Amino acid sequence: MDKIWLVIQREYLSRVKKKSFLLATLLTPLIFPAIMAVFVWIAVEEKENQSLRIIEVVDENKLFFMESSQQYAFSFSDSSPEEAKLLVQNGDRYGFLYIPKIDLKNPQGITFYGEENPSMSLVSYLESSLKKKIEDQRLYDSGIDPQILSDIRTSVDLKSITLNQKGEEKVSDATVNYAIGFLAGILIYMFIFIYGNQIMQGVIEEKSSRIVEILVSSLKPFQLMMGKIVGIAGVGLTQLLIWIILIGTLTTVVTGILGLQMPQEQAMELAQADMIQTDNSEFTEILQVIAGIDFISIISSFIFYFLGGYLLYGALFAGIGSAVDAPSDAQQFMLPVTVPLIVAYMGLFVFVLQDPNSTTSFWLSIIPLTSPIAMMGRVSYGVPFWELGLSMLLLILGFLATTWLAGKIYRIGILMHGTKPSYKTLWKWIKSSN
Amino acid sequence: MLETLNLNKTYGLNRALTDINLKVPKGVIFGLLGPNGAGKSTLIRIINQIIDADSGEVLIDGQPLAPKHISLIGYLPEERGLYKKMKVWDQMLYFARLKGLSQQEAKKRIHNWLAKMEMSTWKDKKIEDLSKGMAQKVQFISTIIHNPPLLILDEPFSGFDPVNAEIIKDQILELRNQGTTVILSTHRMESVELLCDQVAMINRSHKILDGTIKEVKNSYRPEVFRISIDQPTLPIPTEWAVQTDGESVHFTLPLSGKTPNELLIELMNYGQVSNFQEVIPSMEEIFIHQVKSTQNG
Repeated sequence: MDKIWLVIQREYLSRVKKKSFLLATLLTPLIFPAIMAVFVWIAVEEKENQSLRIIEVVDENKLFFMESSQQYAFSFSDSSPEEAKLLVQNGDRYGFLYIPKIDLKNPQGITFYGEENPSMSLVSYLESSLKKKIEDQRLYDSGIDPQILSDIRTSVDLKSITLNQKGEEKVSDATVNYAIGFLAGILIYMFIFIYGNQIMQGVIEEKSSRIVEILVSSLKPFQLMMGKIVGIAGVGLTQLLIWIILIGTLTTVVTGILGLQMPQEQAMELAQADMIQTDNSEFTEILQVIAGIDFISIISSFIFYFLGGYLLYGALFAGIGSAVDAPSDAQQFMLPVTVPLIVAYMGLFVFVLQDPNSTTSFWLSIIPLTSPIAMMGRVSYGVPFWELGLSMLLLILGFLATTWLAGKIYRIGILMHGTKPSYKTLWKWIKSSN
Repeated sequence: MLETLNLNKTYGLNRALTDINLKVPKGVIFGLLGPNGAGKSTLIRIINQIIDADSGEVLIDGQPLAPKHISLIGYLPEERGLYKKMKVWDQMLYFARLKGLSQQEAKKRIHNWLAKMEMSTWKDKKIEDLSKGMAQKVQFISTIIHNPPLLILDEPFSGFDPVNAEIIKDQILELRNQGTTVILSTHRMESVELLCDQVAMINRSHKILDGTIKEVKNSYRPEVFRISIDQPTLPIPTEWAVQTDGESVHFTLPLSGKTPNELLIELMNYGQVSNFQEVIPSMEEIFIHQVKSTQNG
């Protein structure tokens, strides 16, 4: 046990002391907000600097009206389609919308001409405007007053509340749950890959530089493997902790500065826009939702799956590293590791976050190879206790199984040089008792 | 100190060791000789408990080999390995601690050794910044830092320049004089003759020879004498194939059943015998001869 501790210490310190660790740890939390800030800035700039695009509309029904926006202005004229097309060709107009005489019951032949393909948003804007106008016109034709129509239109906002067994009510919001599941799942996925690879590189380094021969004359291969896995887990946790602290402080500071510097006018404008539609209820609702989330259970299950998933895959990465002589040879054995990880990752988006309680989501979050990522997508929505327990138990068993398997490969692999093993040889190593 | 009884090990279809019996007494330098692939490394790995034998036993001080013996053994593998990015001091400390030394004791010993080998100024250098010879010294110290009563050195001189090889040789002899048992695996025969008290030779998984250097040499005496005669007075028989050098002749003669004295008396008839010396094979000659004869047989 003492010796494992020595290995853990070495693995941990030799990585944490590196300049590259410090750099990556400090820069990553800065880089993401920086990239996002640049995107937002570019988007804003683009919108502001965009020249107004003029679209010529020729409506032979004399019926339609398009509301101009910041980006598009509509100019109605009686010119012939040929003249209008010429305007587009000359570059005087961005596009030309031609509405021939149409049968309102079956509108056909409305065409957009443009020098380039119109964007999705423009097409859907045009379609919805036309549709609305046609529908309104048809309702009017069948004798319904537009005034009555606008009175009838209602907006529904569903408020959802979860009930637990004790009957406590909590305001919930799928968006917030989605965001939490999404973030946690991706973090675990990245962590497994990044640190799993570090384990593999470390094993290959010891093997190819023959240090391992000296090490295994002092301690058992299994101790060496576990020491490495645990030591690197410590590095990951340290990094995570620093990030949480850094991001926390940074967000507070940045929002503080932004809040102070936002021009008075703009703030007023924003406030007004919000006031009209939603008054204050939406904001308080989000606060209620956040207050309703059981952060303690989410964070504790995050740490559990974070470590469990890492340990499960870490052992496999160690086993692979021990079987090969160089990182480039590891490729052939990576498939059994990457496939379940990618399945879990895709499953998180396709199934779990869409419907956390579907059968597929259930199985993805129970099977140990996919559960660390998939279960995190479900936890924030609330998972029955027995399912969580089963999933955790299976993850522990899965970790023990992969460690046992990897240990068998590792023990023989680290002393084998010059031969390129196949899956068949690996299987032989697993079966052999010595 | 160390004894092996009928050790066997096979890798798939390849026999690495066949019924190896060895006895290494305390306080000797024991040479383990054999060509590449003979099974030396396998034997060493079994003694170091890196791998297990298929059958047979290893005894240390009469006890079956067990994990507790690890701290009694210092092992320098043929393929040297150090963490390239680690500093000399940290590296030595790590290996010393893995061998079971306390932090305090390890630091004290590393300090002493670095001073003794005149390496104190490098202690904060990374291994990758050292020359190969320097790194070898670091490795050697790491091997003996815990004062093991049994030292296993696999090709200890490879990678050293003559000056440093001499330093290492002196260290090995000093350790032996302090009572350490040393097993030296090598194919460098000149170091065997200089250093080893006993040898065993392994070829194709079998032990083909063992004993003290003197015993081995004696049993391989071809019973041939090298003879020089100054100013011969009688014509020397042509079948003796003499080499003439000025006024003396040199040739070799087998005893052919006579005693050395009988041969000498006979030779004295031809003139002044200025040299009469038995041809003693070097370890290298014995080695090559033995390997060839087991390969042909």
